[in-house]
Amino acid sequence: MSVSKEEIYHIAKLSKLEVSENKIDDLTMKISDIVDFSNTLAQVNVDGVKPTAHILDIKNVFKKDEIEPSFDREKILQNAPEAQGGCVSVPKVVE
Amino acid sequence: MNLYELSVSEIAKKIKEKEVTIKEVLDSTFSRIEQVEGKIDGYVTLMKESAYKRADNLQEKLNIGEDIGILGGVPIAVKDNICTDGTKTTCSSRMLENFVPFYNATVIEKLNDAGAIIIGKTNMDEFAMGSSTESSYFKKTKNPWNLEKVPGGSSGGSAAVVSSDMAYAALGTDTGGSIRQPASFCSVVGLKPTYGLVSRYGVVAYASSLDQVGPLTKNVEDCALMLNVLAGHDKKDTTSANLNSKDYTRAIVNDVKGKKIGILKKFVDEGVSKDIKQAYEDSIKVLEKAGAEIIEIDLDYIKYSLPVYYIIATAEASSNLGRYDGIRFGHRAKDFKDLDDLYVKSRTEGFGEEVKRRIMLGTYVLSSGYYDAFYKRASSVRTLIIEEFKKAFEKVDTIMIPTTPNTAFKFGEKTNNPLEMYLEDIYTVPVNIAGLPGISVPAEFDSNGMPIGMQFISNAFNEEVLLQVAYSFEQNIGLNENKPKL
Repeated sequence: MSVSKEEIYHIAKLSKLEVSENKIDDLTMKISDIVDFSNTLAQVNVDGVKPTAHILDIKNVFKKDEIEPSFDREKILQNAPEAQGGCVSVPKVVE
Repeated sequence: MNLYELSVSEIAKKIKEKEVTIKEVLDSTFSRIEQVEGKIDGYVTLMKESAYKRADNLQEKLNIGEDIGILGGVPIAVKDNICTDGTKTTCSSRMLENFVPFYNATVIEKLNDAGAIIIGKTNMDEFAMGSSTESSYFKKTKNPWNLEKVPGGSSGGSAAVVSSDMAYAALGTDTGGSIRQPASFCSVVGLKPTYGLVSRYGVVAYASSLDQVGPLTKNVEDCALMLNVLAGHDKKDTTSANLNSKDYTRAIVNDVKGKKIGILKKFVDEGVSKDIKQAYEDSIKVLEKAGAEIIEIDLDYIKYSLPVYYIIATAEASSNLGRYDGIRFGHRAKDFKDLDDLYVKSRTEGFGEEVKRRIMLGTYVLSSGYYDAFYKRASSVRTLIIEEFKKAFEKVDTIMIPTTPNTAFKFGEKTNNPLEMYLEDIYTVPVNIAGLPGISVPAEFDSNGMPIGMQFISNAFNEEVLLQVAYSFEQNIGLNENKPKL
């Protein structure tokens, strides 16, 4: 397999996801399949070809730095899992 | 004929001419929903209360002679990844199960301005990742043509509710075929506009350089009507194209005389079902008979579209879905040791298998040591695909290929083999990679009675030629019976 179990655990860590032991074999196989399939791109000669990040010919779209009405704080906080005193509340960050 | 069976243009006319009241139209649609939604499961949320309230307002305006817009009083469904102020927008994910947006997506504002009544949010593959709507956290939407089969995806709910007359039209989103493929599976019309033509503001991002919003409708004319409403520059979307507005309904002309239609016989050879191959031959003949010039063309690089798509889309997804951290909105795990554990547990619980797999694949192709081999290489092949299409459109007005290599499959048939599921998108992904517009139009039925769609592709921002050819095709293919028996 083109991708190892160790690599899958490492990617999971980078992605802030947990992979349980009973799923690791299946996941490694499925991701390896897709990676192998993607390796067909190695056949294409891309020397001197500029990569495309975006299909439209626009860049650096700025808007004027003007004050506009924003969203209502209470409404925004209604979607927060926990809120307190007009702020989103989070667990202790600094030990 | 029941009111709910009519098209957008027909019902809008009846309302405007006061042949029917808007309430009668809503009654008809909601009675239809009551009748068949139990079988189809197309909706995640129904908005009955707000719909009737809005109907009253619109009717009052109409009665005092005000213009209520080109979609005045017409019930429309919206895919559940498009933000609706005050109504849950879940992306069919546990992560956003209780998320209530406090603003409207620009396309919702545009529908409202045109007088549409939004009646519900439709089911989808979780975060639009899938081709069967099976990855929804909530329910499995059934194909109205055969309840044992999938409706396609990811806009499977939208396609199914239009096909079963539970809405006159619906919005979907298309990143790799998610409007066109379900449209094809359910025998409705589905348009993915040119990248940048329709605003993505307020549409939950999957792969930002590929995502585009578009309509699913009962016919091509309605599609043009909907595009008139949806298209246009939006300063809230920095990738929105700033162009003069057009009246797309002017393209609704049954005339393909002298139009050059490119066909890709070599591309549509392997891995395609016999019936679809035959439908392709039939469709070519129909257009030829109507006066189009058929030109066989070769595109060398589009066979690489799938790997390019799965690298670019997952890379962008891994970045876009980083925002779901269990802090400001979305699912937060109950038990966790520390902040990092909160992130990991919230994401692991909140996302389904397919979403997690794509986030991880995207992280892999962007990670150090693999970036050049995968992401950069895929982005370069993307350039080659774009250039190849550009050259092709110097010779032809549109390209026609089937929308899918196979018709709708059974539930569970491909869920255990993601790669096999991905291969179903082979004819639709090239369009997203090159940012082009594509439309799927019902063509025929296979030997099992499942719908087959033909796809038309044109040059960027040339939706007029696309719609004209699609409309002419629709008028000439002679598909008379196009309603599922439910």
